Amino acid sequence: MKAVGLLLLPAGWFLVLAAIVLFPSPALRGAFVVTGVAVEVLGLALTFRSHLIPREEKS
Amino acid sequence: MTSQRLPELTTIACIFFIFLVPFAAAGLALMNVGLGRSRSAGHMMMASLCALAVAGIAYFVIGFGWQGAIGGSAHIFHLSGKSWNWIAAEPFFFRKLSFDGSATILTALLQLFSVGLAAVIPLGSGADRWRLRAICLSTAILAALTYPLFAHWVWGGGWLAQLGVNYGIGRGFLDAGGASTIQVVGGFTALAITWILGPRRGKYSADGMAPAIPGHNSVFVLFGCILALIGWIGLNSAGAILFTGAEPSGAPLIAINTMLAASASALTAAFITKFRFGKPDASLTSNGWVGGLVASSASCAFVSPAEALVIGSIAGTAITFSIEWLELRLEVDDPGGAVSVHAVGGIWGLLALGMFGEFQRPILNIAGESLTGLASGMASGQWLAQLIGVATLLGFVLPLTYVVNLILNRFYPYRVSIEGERQGMDLHELGAGAYPEFMTHTDEFLPR
Repeated sequence: MKAVGLLLLPAGWFLVLAAIVLFPSPALRGAFVVTGVAVEVLGLALTFRSHLIPREEKS
Repeated sequence: MTSQRLPELTTIACIFFIFLVPFAAAGLALMNVGLGRSRSAGHMMMASLCALAVAGIAYFVIGFGWQGAIGGSAHIFHLSGKSWNWIAAEPFFFRKLSFDGSATILTALLQLFSVGLAAVIPLGSGADRWRLRAICLSTAILAALTYPLFAHWVWGGGWLAQLGVNYGIGRGFLDAGGASTIQVVGGFTALAITWILGPRRGKYSADGMAPAIPGHNSVFVLFGCILALIGWIGLNSAGAILFTGAEPSGAPLIAINTMLAASASALTAAFITKFRFGKPDASLTSNGWVGGLVASSASCAFVSPAEALVIGSIAGTAITFSIEWLELRLEVDDPGGAVSVHAVGGIWGLLALGMFGEFQRPILNIAGESLTGLASGMASGQWLAQLIGVATLLGFVLPLTYVVNLILNRFYPYRVSIEGERQGMDLHELGAGAYPEFMTHTDEFLPR
């Protein structure tokens, strides 16, 4: 889960970069940038979740 | 390396503001000491000093070569007819830098202090368990790689700053006082460090409770807030002059906005904690204060005082709940609150510039040219430029700093031993406590 989360972060960023280059229309570009950020937020959530402490390791 | 000379009054004002910046690092260091345990107080201050030293040297040796300044030489590639400036190509060791009072040398001076400030931010997150040599190692990476790379994109005429010119996205990514380059970069490094180190022993119990481990000196924490204010006024003013082309006459507005954002944020945090817990919480109020300073950084030169109040109030609310959420729900043990204060506060400040920013003068942020062609007033698409900057921090800076520190941790473990954590970092790593005359914990007198 940690690896997937960490990979989704740059994946979302590449979507944002692609949106800048590929879409001259402000509306389409904005939509794709927001989509890229959403992918990043998903990756961040997974990374947070992967760092939760297992119950047996809690003191 | 040649660069434009600023008017004499601007140069003098800028030097004065830059000399205030170390107060911000001193304030954060004091806060980190106060929010940690007494048995690690000396270690924390020693770590702050070492972080400042290592960051300054690493930035001098490598960092500035990769960050550069507006108008300097850089590596550029072209995509669909547009140039993407991704890293500076200046010589290392400040070579070819003329000490002539130009904008470039002032930039180098400001960055030397700013990178130290960024390096102090993660220390609060690793309090009571992060080894001193590991701190130096991580700081060197921050000052030589992460910070310069992103700072070049924003302050060195890089691709983020050029979004306005190349793609017509607002005025490009803007950040006058370092909300992104200093605060979010430092905050994300703090998050990576807390993930790598794990929580302090006894922080999370099997029954789901997360007992509070209170800081040992609230006076240090609150005095640190006042020192930070002085440093932030200098940081925001110097940054606005050097990186957005503000005049020194704009400094009073910047200082007013900085003060108001911090005040609103601190009072909001105090009110929320009073409402929820019956009494205002000094620790959360101080975090709110610094969070307000952080949130003010990006937009300090582009918003009205009333808007700065709104920005500060929202920052205070977001930071107060973020600290609780990170600690209790996401199990991020961050004694200094650095992730919430610097990462969350910084991201909000960057987005707030896109929402509230008004541009009554040309902005100087790319290759020494002002964007005079764009109409003044609310910037069309500025919110998108700011969002792209935030996406870059999330999608590039956070994974980079996490993976690099994770690799370093494999070769040189960051976390102190169980015995060292129980004994306290002062005795274990420095051999002497910060308060020898009234330290009475018996476990600290075990033979070493």
